[in-house]
Amino acid sequence: MNSILSWIILLAPLLSAAVITLFTLRWKTLSSSISIVAVLVSFACSCLMFAHSTAAAIEFTWIGISGVFHVPFGLTLDPLSRTMAVLVSGVGAIIHIYSLGYMRDDEGKSRYFAALSLFMFAMLGIVLANNFVMLFMFWELVGFTSYVLIGHWFYRDSAADAANKAFITTRIGDFGFMIGILMVWIATGSVVFAEIAPRMSILAGHPLFLTIVALLIFCGAVGKSAQFPLHVWLPDAMEGPTPISALIHAATMVAAGVYMLVRVAFVIQSSQTALLAIAWIGTITAVMAALIATQQNDIKRILAYSTLSQLGYMVMAVGLASNDAAMFHLFTHAFFKALLFLAAGSVIVMLHHEQDIWKMGGLSRRLPITFVTFVVGALALIGCPPFSGFFSKDAILALAYERNTPIFTVALFTAFLTAFYVMRLLVIVFFGKPRSDIARESRESTAVMTVPLIVLALLAALGGFAFFARNFLTLPVEKEVAILVPVLAILALIVGSGLAIALYRNRAHDPIDVEVLRHKFYFDEFYSWLIYWTQELVARVSAFVDRWIIDAGAVGGSSRGTWGIGALLRLVQVGNLQAYVFLFGLGVVAIIYFAVFR
Amino acid sequence: MITLGDYLLVSGILFSIGFAGVMLRRNLIIIFMSLELMLNAANLSLVAFSRFRVDPNGLPNYNAQVFVFFIITVAAAEVAVGLAILVALFRVRQTTDVKDISSLKF
Repeated sequence: MNSILSWIILLAPLLSAAVITLFTLRWKTLSSSISIVAVLVSFACSCLMFAHSTAAAIEFTWIGISGVFHVPFGLTLDPLSRTMAVLVSGVGAIIHIYSLGYMRDDEGKSRYFAALSLFMFAMLGIVLANNFVMLFMFWELVGFTSYVLIGHWFYRDSAADAANKAFITTRIGDFGFMIGILMVWIATGSVVFAEIAPRMSILAGHPLFLTIVALLIFCGAVGKSAQFPLHVWLPDAMEGPTPISALIHAATMVAAGVYMLVRVAFVIQSSQTALLAIAWIGTITAVMAALIATQQNDIKRILAYSTLSQLGYMVMAVGLASNDAAMFHLFTHAFFKALLFLAAGSVIVMLHHEQDIWKMGGLSRRLPITFVTFVVGALALIGCPPFSGFFSKDAILALAYERNTPIFTVALFTAFLTAFYVMRLLVIVFFGKPRSDIARESRESTAVMTVPLIVLALLAALGGFAFFARNFLTLPVEKEVAILVPVLAILALIVGSGLAIALYRNRAHDPIDVEVLRHKFYFDEFYSWLIYWTQELVARVSAFVDRWIIDAGAVGGSSRGTWGIGALLRLVQVGNLQAYVFLFGLGVVAIIYFAVFR
Repeated sequence: MITLGDYLLVSGILFSIGFAGVMLRRNLIIIFMSLELMLNAANLSLVAFSRFRVDPNGLPNYNAQVFVFFIITVAAAEVAVGLAILVALFRVRQTTDVKDISSLKF
């Protein structure tokens, strides 16, 4: 029974995706119902499996070349994956229901729900995979569904471009990931996590190899979790429908990178150099994204940059060798960031798809439920006690304080920035006077959208308390020295929020204007330039090779060579018969000489 | 006693005369005749070889003489073709001097 249960989690959404795509594309309501039923089944089975800690799954052989390469198709059912399965299917279920309201009048509703189901399948596949090959396959599959869903409104150029950008950028990271997997396989002869872990000791004598492998595998997480320098796709991915931003690009898929790092911690943690690099990349991402977020004006982009920043925190925790802290923050972040996105989505829908925060304002009275839930999410995000974000962020800060002081300083500064930009967003959107007619006339969303908000708000508020989170996770151990840390964190929070409130109260325009932050540190411009010149360089080299080596050398050379040899040889044709005879005679003499006397 | 060397000497002299004729004379008919001389020099040496190679049964080895018959036959055919070409050439060019026949020259 248990063994079938765990497969149902995975296969229900796949079935739904198949049925919708093959049969029910025309009936939108039916399609959405199938998809929601599938995700609820997944969620129920995840909960059941979570309750039965002894559950095990049947394993199949997927690829078997005896003695050389063996890939089973099996599921990992440890506390980590069971928690993630509940989390993913739970948040997924809430967002499916919310999508009913958000996508109510959408033309491509069936397509949307099919892709959503396929995403659930792929994401749960990542969570439950028990080997690298399966993990990589599902990894690519979430990349694909992410592409489809970002480009859901593909007739808009910006959406199509954003979809391409997301897919191509993550491919760069995935390439490194694939090489890393192959290196692990070559070194240990296995792709199954449970078999690799005990064999890591073989490699203990090759620290350089281990560092390279760990960093290559980390490349995958850099792409998928949008870490510096491959972070550029995530803000653009906000072109997709808002539930997608909430589910894929905030709560689950982008966290898959962090989850993967935790899953293969036995590789990552075998190299101190790689750990340090990972920690710093996380730190850089966190502070850079927070800086950019302070100067953005699109409500979803601000949230996207805050996602980047929080993912930076998680990666930082992985780099500081604490999987518990990383998973704890992933857990709380999934709730409060999904909540923030869905609340933002509610605002956007009620303002007829207006996303510029300077056209909003005074919405706290018009959208009371959205407002309250958004505030809960925001307080969790900035780490205000007693909301969930406080506990998880505090755990990471305490960890950094203990292990690496420079990282701690930057992380604290990031916490200050987080408070600043979140309060800026809150003050501009929900307080003051409405800055446009749409904002003046907006009304609260329907229950299908507000109920998920309330559920998520409860989770975001309570998710951090030990009595709740302990059931799902191994909580990071609190240390004695860390008393200073929460004090500093709360101080940063108060200063940041106070500054934002003082600066942005009753403003009609942004009083601060930092061009470099508004342009996101010119990363897009730099990459455009880089790609332009790389392509230009390749094109010029190819043109040179084509024009001078192939055309002039190979083609022209053989033609001119034939001409030249012909011109030389026709000088021999003197036209005198007896000269020919003489040469012929000489030839015969030469042949006889060589044949007889040599 | 006439030895094989004497025959070969005569044959070589004949061949050289023929070759010199081909090399030095300008008239195509003379060149043609010199060619025949070279062929017959070869025939002479072949017959001499035949005579001086005696098999265990006391008879000469006739292989070389068979060769000679072939050469005579082919030479007859060649003369027919060659003379025909000469006649045709003369009709077109009104000359048999090799100096005047150099159309293929570059």
